[in-house]
Amino acid sequence: MLLPGFAMLFFSYFKELVGKEVTVELKNDLAITGILHSVDQYLNIKLENTRVVDEAKYPHMLSVKNCFIRGSVVRYVQLPPDGVDVDILHDATRREARGA
Amino acid sequence: MSLAGPDNFPATSLADNLDKKLLVILRDGRKLVGILRSFDQFANVVLEQAIERIMVGELYCDLPLGLYIIRGENVVVIGELDLEKEELPPHMVRVMPSEIKRAQKAEKDATELKGTMRKRMEFLDFD
Repeated sequence: MLLPGFAMLFFSYFKELVGKEVTVELKNDLAITGILHSVDQYLNIKLENTRVVDEAKYPHMLSVKNCFIRGSVVRYVQLPPDGVDVDILHDATRREARGA
Repeated sequence: MSLAGPDNFPATSLADNLDKKLLVILRDGRKLVGILRSFDQFANVVLEQAIERIMVGELYCDLPLGLYIIRGENVVVIGELDLEKEELPPHMVRVMPSEIKRAQKAEKDATELKGTMRKRMEFLDFD
């Protein structure tokens, strides 16, 4: 399936982050930290070696070590400081906007 | 269209989790546990021997549900349960369905009471 360039931009961006530790905050306020295992076109995310930020509040997540997060419920993804290359995103966005 | 081969699955596919015991958290906050038998790209999933795990404070209860097909849009998280580890912390106490229903109602009433109290006090404009 072919997606418009802009949709692919963040998909490509997240693919670069695979293997890094990220924190995903969901719309229900649950925040999960883990190693980014994979991401797809919907920005669904798979995390490995996960831990929940507020463990006391979510005891049912205690034995979950790997998880799949549906892209539509994600509010934020907190990235590692060295994982953000704003210049690349900036350039790629302008390239897409010019239609190149 | 041919049936998807292993190469046609995206990296995020749930294929690795098939026939495993999973925890599915839904948008309404419900927590279901069951064996994953089928899924698709929308995260529609089929859970066999599904139970709903209700937790109120330190109490919990597993209600048997049977075979469940969950529409993907309701799915928040699908977690793999580590079979080596206890599913819940040791201080959680398992109770009967009737008791968890009572605890649920008490919690709901307490929340509502808090809401009405706050509403009544609003004119005081405290911070």
